[in-house]
Amino acid sequence: MAALGTLSSANLNGGQKLAVKFFTVAIALFGAQVLFGMLAGIQYLKPDFLFGILDFSVNRMLHINAMVVWLLFGFIGAVYWILEDESGTPVVGLGLGNLMFWVFTLAVVVVVLVYLLVQTGPGELKSIWLINEGREYIEAPRWADIGIVVCVLIFFYNVAATFMKGRFTGIAGVLVFDLVALAGLYLAGMWYTPNISMDQHWWWWVIHLWVEATWEVLVGCLLAYGLVKTMGVRRKIVETWLYIEVALLFGSGILGLGHHYFWIGTPEYWLSIGGFFSALEPIPLVAMVVHAVFDAGHHKMKSANHPALAWMIAQAFGNFFGAGVWGFMHTLPQINLYTHGTQWTASHGHLAFFGAYSTIVIAFVYLAVQKWRGDVWMSGNMAGAWKWKWALFLLHAGMIGMTMALLITGYEQSQIERAIGGSTWTAYFEAQAHVWFVQGMNWRMISGWAFTAGFVLLAWDLMTIGKRETRPAQLPAAEAAAA
Amino acid sequence: MSQTQTQTQTLWWASESFWKKMAIWITAGSVVVLIFLTFDTVKQITAGGKRVPAYSVINQRIDYVFDDKRNHQVPVIGPEEPLFGKKLSEEEAMALVSKGKLTTQAKNCMNCHTLLGNGAYYAPDLTKSWLDPNWGTKETREQKMVDFLMNPEEMLHNSIGRRMTNLGITEEEARATVAFLKWMSSIDTNGFPYNFKPIDQSDPAPAAAPAASADAAAAPVQQ
Repeated sequence: MAALGTLSSANLNGGQKLAVKFFTVAIALFGAQVLFGMLAGIQYLKPDFLFGILDFSVNRMLHINAMVVWLLFGFIGAVYWILEDESGTPVVGLGLGNLMFWVFTLAVVVVVLVYLLVQTGPGELKSIWLINEGREYIEAPRWADIGIVVCVLIFFYNVAATFMKGRFTGIAGVLVFDLVALAGLYLAGMWYTPNISMDQHWWWWVIHLWVEATWEVLVGCLLAYGLVKTMGVRRKIVETWLYIEVALLFGSGILGLGHHYFWIGTPEYWLSIGGFFSALEPIPLVAMVVHAVFDAGHHKMKSANHPALAWMIAQAFGNFFGAGVWGFMHTLPQINLYTHGTQWTASHGHLAFFGAYSTIVIAFVYLAVQKWRGDVWMSGNMAGAWKWKWALFLLHAGMIGMTMALLITGYEQSQIERAIGGSTWTAYFEAQAHVWFVQGMNWRMISGWAFTAGFVLLAWDLMTIGKRETRPAQLPAAEAAAA
Repeated sequence: MSQTQTQTQTLWWASESFWKKMAIWITAGSVVVLIFLTFDTVKQITAGGKRVPAYSVINQRIDYVFDDKRNHQVPVIGPEEPLFGKKLSEEEAMALVSKGKLTTQAKNCMNCHTLLGNGAYYAPDLTKSWLDPNWGTKETREQKMVDFLMNPEEMLHNSIGRRMTNLGITEEEARATVAFLKWMSSIDTNGFPYNFKPIDQSDPAPAAAPAASADAAAAPVQQ
């Protein structure tokens, strides 16, 4: 055992050693997401900035792809983190998992380099196989898709085989089932068709059923484990809540898919089905807030890891407001007719992805650095605690600022371009040139700088928190310690 | 504390096993309903089906007209008006539209534009771009679209200085893209985009009396 306060892999179990590799790449990619988002944001205000070198389309693609991949790396890392602890046995096939990490990381690097240097190809199938698939969020070329499927299968093998060998808890059951769905759904996005309606129909199976169903359940599992770990909440309570969340999330989210089927050529019955079920989607998110806040209050906010607990509470609220409230605001077809494809979507997307997913990954990275340094003290009176608090504040202030600014531009756009102007080319640019739109974009940029500062502080804090700390952590007393 | 716990365990609706079963049944039920609906949806959106016309529709005029019964605009397939003056068979039309679709993917159009409202918000929606009054008259439209796609960066197209970059689109790719856009404008999108003001495609004396909207759009430089 290394000295307290020093980073040492001797402090970690096998799965956790692999997890911290995933977390490291995840945080680096988070930085890339922020960088390319800022470049794209600047281009709204200064259209000639990097024109012809790194165009908006390239920056925007890197912005959203870095996000998908860093969150995936964060989730995979988080699952490896809890795996041995939860199953009570070493990870089965860990060597394969390690190999998978390097292959996955290398593939990401190659894809990013091709995006940056080659950017686009001729209108042929080979461009889709080698350069860029040109479909939002899943732009990765087909060769990389196949690589991702292989990596996810290895990951699934590690998880399923380990739980089969050790304890198969309630959390494990939900997790294994969820990973099957998550991996299977990716296949729906891996084929070409000239029919854009058909294309987008299956494309939403990947995007929606990942982000609004399987990712949410995965986060539910991680949050359940996190609450047991940081506060010692009773497992029976946590697992009952997890089942309630699964019932509500899948019950609303699977048919909530219909809210993407309003305007892409799909039949009219989706207007009612999509409207109804997606309107129910906020309910599980309310349940998750109640659950997290009740447990935190019940345990008098006593936690061995203050930053992790703070980010978990932030997750509960961020998920509710970003995914729940902001999603509900424009999910009914009567509203969505005007808001679909405007900055409304960007406003919702920013707060939802950050609130629901970035927060939980950050919470887990805080749990990881604590143990990595030998379970150091991370509660009250921590040296340099201002860093995590300011990072938390700046990231939230920046994100809320961006969300509000984009919402205002979205309102303006749906009024002037959509309702009045009728969505023609001229109407689009009239709305883009409007003073309210430009003001909104300026505020978005200012908020973006606050967010960037928050990210820098977060990265610095993650590298230094607990350094030279000599007090051991006071771990929660309940079953968590016994487990 | 222990009393509360015992109580909780006795309540069936708060028990772990009840919610576990609920989770399984609700998920399974939703999946079954989704699969059932998917079969019907796929049938309806197959090209040549009820809502998504066959690719050879590019041989005809496509308009977007208000429908009193549905209370929004719907695509209307009009008289024969072959794209680039050449009538294509279903196979040829499909090959051309497919080439156009591949071009939109390979050139990453979706990360500036929206198609059927999905994509990025840096450039106009392309769902009904074939019908946009900005192309002037229906006689000049096809060539204007091709020219624009091949050299967009040279044409200032708005008052805010935002430009489309040159993506190295060949003439063949540009013509195919126009075919794809024409075909896309024929999809029944339940009235999205709302209140759209299409280009004047009526037959009599096309050059003599351009519509007011087309007039304004004929001058792309607004600055």
